[in-house]
Amino acid sequence: MENIIAINYGEVSLKGMNKSIFISQLIKNIKLKLRDFDKAVVSRDQGRIYIEGYRPQEEESIIGLLKEVFGIYSIIPALKFEGGMEEIEDVVLKAARAHTQEMPVKSFKVETKRVNKKFPMKSPQVCMSLGGLILENIEGLEVDVHNPDMMVFVEIRSYNLVFTKRIYALGGLPYKTGGRAMLLLSGGIDSPVAGWMTAKRGLEIEAVHFHSYPFTSERAEEKVMDLASHLCRYVNSIVVYSVNLLPIQKAINENCKAEEMTILSRRFMMRIAEKIAKQTGCQALITGESLGQVASQTIESISVTNQSVELPVIRPLIAADKVDIMDIAQKIGTFETSILPFEDCCTVFLPKKPLTKPKLNRMLEAEKHIESEELIVKAVNEKTIRKISID
Amino acid sequence: MEIYLDNSATTKPSKRATEAMKSAMEIIYGNPSSLHRKGMDAEKIVRDARKSVAELINADPSEIVFTSGGSESNNLGIRGFLERNPRLGRKIVTTSIEHPSVLNLFDFLEGDYDKNIVPVDSNGFLKVEDVIRNIDSNTALVSVMAVNNEVGSVQPIMEIGKAVKELNPNSAFHVDCVQALGKMEIDVKKMKIDLLSGSGHKFHGPKGVGFLYIRKGIKINPLFYGGNQEEGLRSGTENVPAIAGMGAAICEMMESMEANCRKMKKYKSGLIEGLKKNMTDCMILSDGQGYSPNIVNVCFKDVKAEVLLHSLERDGIFVSSGSACSSNKKGNSHVLEAIKVPKEYIGGAIRISFTWQNNLDEIEVLFKSLQKNIAEIRKIIKGKGR
Repeated sequence: MENIIAINYGEVSLKGMNKSIFISQLIKNIKLKLRDFDKAVVSRDQGRIYIEGYRPQEEESIIGLLKEVFGIYSIIPALKFEGGMEEIEDVVLKAARAHTQEMPVKSFKVETKRVNKKFPMKSPQVCMSLGGLILENIEGLEVDVHNPDMMVFVEIRSYNLVFTKRIYALGGLPYKTGGRAMLLLSGGIDSPVAGWMTAKRGLEIEAVHFHSYPFTSERAEEKVMDLASHLCRYVNSIVVYSVNLLPIQKAINENCKAEEMTILSRRFMMRIAEKIAKQTGCQALITGESLGQVASQTIESISVTNQSVELPVIRPLIAADKVDIMDIAQKIGTFETSILPFEDCCTVFLPKKPLTKPKLNRMLEAEKHIESEELIVKAVNEKTIRKISID
Repeated sequence: MEIYLDNSATTKPSKRATEAMKSAMEIIYGNPSSLHRKGMDAEKIVRDARKSVAELINADPSEIVFTSGGSESNNLGIRGFLERNPRLGRKIVTTSIEHPSVLNLFDFLEGDYDKNIVPVDSNGFLKVEDVIRNIDSNTALVSVMAVNNEVGSVQPIMEIGKAVKELNPNSAFHVDCVQALGKMEIDVKKMKIDLLSGSGHKFHGPKGVGFLYIRKGIKINPLFYGGNQEEGLRSGTENVPAIAGMGAAICEMMESMEANCRKMKKYKSGLIEGLKKNMTDCMILSDGQGYSPNIVNVCFKDVKAEVLLHSLERDGIFVSSGSACSSNKKGNSHVLEAIKVPKEYIGGAIRISFTWQNNLDEIEVLFKSLQKNIAEIRKIIKGKGR
């Protein structure tokens, strides 16, 4: 008898002809995630992925890591063994005992799947026999076929599987199965969440970060790198481009009205992000914008910034409330870093009263006073690149 | 190129200090409490370092207790004394420009004691009369720093020491000398000091080590309990490598203290002269008589200190700022607030602090970088809001 983990991949199984592309990427991602477990073997069989061969004491850590892999719907720690009804009875009793010792259980149900049609008993018979066995041997339990506290699953294949637990994971689609997009990553709460949500739909993400050094500190940049490394738990590694926006902010400062600063710098950020995105083969931009949150996120502002680029802009948080975004940030582990007090935009450049209902024509007019294209090319050329990975 | 001008924050450990530390880690790694030879060798290192510390401040080696640094020394001296001598009185006195390890401790003690904070004048100096006014038969302790860490003002320690002893000989006079050692002569006897704090990393020794001088006859309680090392005042195995490093740094410093001070004075006057001649809208806080030779605090109008700090950093020059730029962390320095620096200047305060290991060329580079960066920053900040 040995420990085995079965993985159900939910949505991926609906993918028809393309299914195998998704599944082989998922297996690749799982192998990468479990690379430190030298004994673990990942395989695929009949609509599931299996992990076996690992040391029993590693199971908990492996499950913990699998919970961070996009595309996994549920994780089932099971026992795998060979033999007939006698062996099945032994293992079922053992598993049911372990389960009842771990948590309070009053009722149970046995469910059997007989894939091996040569097995002498039929599924209902197996269930009845095992149910009786549990009732006889474990005190204080009764059968409840509608709403049991504990489900005992038995699968009879060329080998047997017994399990009582199913752990729900992140769902989504396997990372790197849906193209690539460029995330505008700030040091705030929203953008890491936006990146995470997009990555969960299978898109590979890269990130661009804007700073105003020396008007902002290197600590602010380190904070962004920290956020990126938190995301690496889910995406393994991420390339972060850092762009110094200061020359552009200076130009806006000198040539435009103070109230236009916010929206104009947003437009520049989008254009720079798009330029880098196109260079690296990204097909979309991702932002953490959420309607009405700040001046640059009114529908008028979003519309004006949106018109500075051609690529589609993914805004996963557009209609989310801040508290809900904060919940996700907590869950994915970026919140604590996001609220550190290092700002990526110096207060010097924050206008007292930024435009909240900008007009595109006025912005285009304002941009005529700046050598936009030249500044953008220079900013892109002078970017620095860092590959962040988990260790 | 790297020009380090933040020596009041910390200094680079000298070669002699690091070598002494290395040897105390690799060769003489024994526990001074052990009875064998390894222990005795370590004990000898600690003994030699104690002698050096004592010599630096004209004390007896038996009056020195090693600690983890300035903050611990301040806490041990002040709190240890008050707890040991509860009947001396309920009044404790300090100044508005002390280090947080004194001011925050006074806040903590406030419930049990009558806390008196003496203000300083707009140049950062205490008036002896203002301190004297607070000393009477109910005063248990007076704590005054010798040199302020932000503006470098040197306080009249000798006068205050004499006054304390005349007005209430039972009360203790504690002096935080962390910024003073090596930059001016400190003599615990002449200055009538009862308790004195020092820190190794401010004079090219290592971090994590300091000392407290406790005048013979003064009794204090320890902050914590254990194996009764350091006469029971500081339990825990001695940090032998750090103590060795601090001892070596002191020996090295004492060999050329006067020359060191002369050098720093030259850097300081050179910089101040340049600022006065070539820089508009700047306010030098550490200019004139009575300031430490190693600190220049200067405020630039229409400049954000942190932005200037990062601009200098880009040129390889390291200084510190008197206030934070971040809007989450509004907080001007309590010292600059205490000396009432005008509003339009306080946000642009930087502290440049020298060591004798700097040189005039570095000051020249600093000056050029200051000129260039301040012009640029002002252009941006003034250009705002058109």
